[in-house]
Amino acid sequence: MATVISDTPVKLRASGTVGERAHWAVGVLGWLVALAMFFPIAWMVLTSFKSETDAIATPPLLLFHPTLEGYAEVQSRANYLLFALNSVIVSVGGTALALLFAVPAAYSMAFHPTRRTRGTLLWMLSTKMLPPVGVLIPIYLLFRNLGLLDTRIGLIAIYMLMNLPIVVWMLYTFFKEVPKDILEAGRMDGANQRDEIRHLLLPLAMPGIASTGLLSLILCWNEAFWSLNLTSHAAAPLTQFIASFSSPEGLFFSKLSAASTMAIAPIMVLGWISQKQLVRGLTFGAVK
Amino acid sequence: MSASTMPASRSRGAGLPFLAPSVLVLLLWMIVPLAMTLWFSTQRYNLLDPTQTGFAGIDNYYYLVTDPDFWTSLVNTLVLVVSVLVITVGLGTLLAVLYDTAFPGRNIARLLVIAPFFVMPTVSALMWKNLMMHPIYGLFGVVAHAFGFAPIDWFAQYPMAAIVIIVSWEWLPFAVLILLTAVQSLDGEQKEAARLDGAGPIAQFVYIILPHMRRAITVVIMIETIFLLTIFAEIFVTTSGGPGTATTTLAYLIYARALLQYDVGGASAGGVVAIVLANIVAIFLVRSIARNLEA
Repeated sequence: MATVISDTPVKLRASGTVGERAHWAVGVLGWLVALAMFFPIAWMVLTSFKSETDAIATPPLLLFHPTLEGYAEVQSRANYLLFALNSVIVSVGGTALALLFAVPAAYSMAFHPTRRTRGTLLWMLSTKMLPPVGVLIPIYLLFRNLGLLDTRIGLIAIYMLMNLPIVVWMLYTFFKEVPKDILEAGRMDGANQRDEIRHLLLPLAMPGIASTGLLSLILCWNEAFWSLNLTSHAAAPLTQFIASFSSPEGLFFSKLSAASTMAIAPIMVLGWISQKQLVRGLTFGAVK
Repeated sequence: MSASTMPASRSRGAGLPFLAPSVLVLLLWMIVPLAMTLWFSTQRYNLLDPTQTGFAGIDNYYYLVTDPDFWTSLVNTLVLVVSVLVITVGLGTLLAVLYDTAFPGRNIARLLVIAPFFVMPTVSALMWKNLMMHPIYGLFGVVAHAFGFAPIDWFAQYPMAAIVIIVSWEWLPFAVLILLTAVQSLDGEQKEAARLDGAGPIAQFVYIILPHMRRAITVVIMIETIFLLTIFAEIFVTTSGGPGTATTTLAYLIYARALLQYDVGGASAGGVVAIVLANIVAIFLVRSIARNLEA
């Protein structure tokens, strides 16, 4: 080891120490930026454990008696659990429905491609580019006339349609990676296509399907255009619940922070877990 | 010979029933509301005034383009989209390179950086508005006060800047996430070769890393533009488009016309404009994605 180092030219060793210093600078900078980006969230979580008086103390308190008052009040004043339940139902419902439609579609395009497959994929993608605000009025009126305003079913349908293109795309790219031979071997053994999907494709592509579902869950959970415009109370998810704090209610910092922390915590954990696969879904495979 | 063509012909037709349901629902989802928006935009139609009916021709569009609020909203939309793009793509490129470099705890630092992307828009907006930017109790105000400056009342004095800050914070992680993936796919040997040829870090960045990232940067710009054109929740819960029309974007204007003033015809005309704008970007995006699909 020592002899190897003494054999290296002086110039390289010098650049090594410069590299060392740059390495440290990069580390410090990297951490500073990370902490700055995360700071508002951290501060909010901290505030959620303060009493209302501590929350607005100036200068702000770093040391305080932690309390769960904020959390308790959120639940007692507004029915937090109902909103949370709505969020879970519409996110899981929309995602499950999208997967139900998308798995067969992606299977068909990945394993039985035709001349039109490429065009179909791109067309599906283009439906995603229709700005929601452009079709707000017809959807709102349709919902009103069909009695779907402020219903979970209505929101589930919207979320399913909203995410279907992304889900099909992501599944398509994952299915493409499944070796065709395995499915063909199954076919030789007399499996029909439904068996093929259920017993061969699903188990093989499960990790891909899981991360696709995860992305869809995140997008549904945080969706705040349709939920704000199409729900008011009965089917209102957490995005709408938090929006109710935009009135002077918001000045109850501890309560606002507690409600917000509860609203974002579960999905942030899911997001962190699936961050590597997110890119594929978010860019439609345009960045590899 | 015939044995090998049999499964192929079976396979070609057999996939279709599996594809049809998805195509059908997406077709309906696209055609029906689009047709209705176009139709409404040519109608005299106000939910509060049932007597107001009939074909309006291009009147709704005429009222729209002669309404100064419409032009204000277009300018506001442009300011918001361009500012956020410049901030997120600019910083995102630099941060992608930063987080591509190894340092202790890099994986945890990365998680912290992308965290804002998973925060729902209503939470980010209210958190920034109250905990950070509130002139009396917000941290910014407290810090300004401590240094003897007058605290800034962000949403009264610089409402658009406040919205830009919030939205940039939300979208910077997206840019970093995508651009980081692009940087990581760069061949390490190429950088090493450039370094041995005497290229400094800046030269490496300009001549090797940036060209390699060009495609990813384009994709980020296009995807962000499509989403930023319809930013809604952040404005809805903080400024409601105000003060005055200072933060009224096209998306918010359409919402206000439709669901606050019940002017279906006028709002639909605005909706058509939004669709056209988004489509201009979308055409380029789809083309760029199609190119990658060949491989």
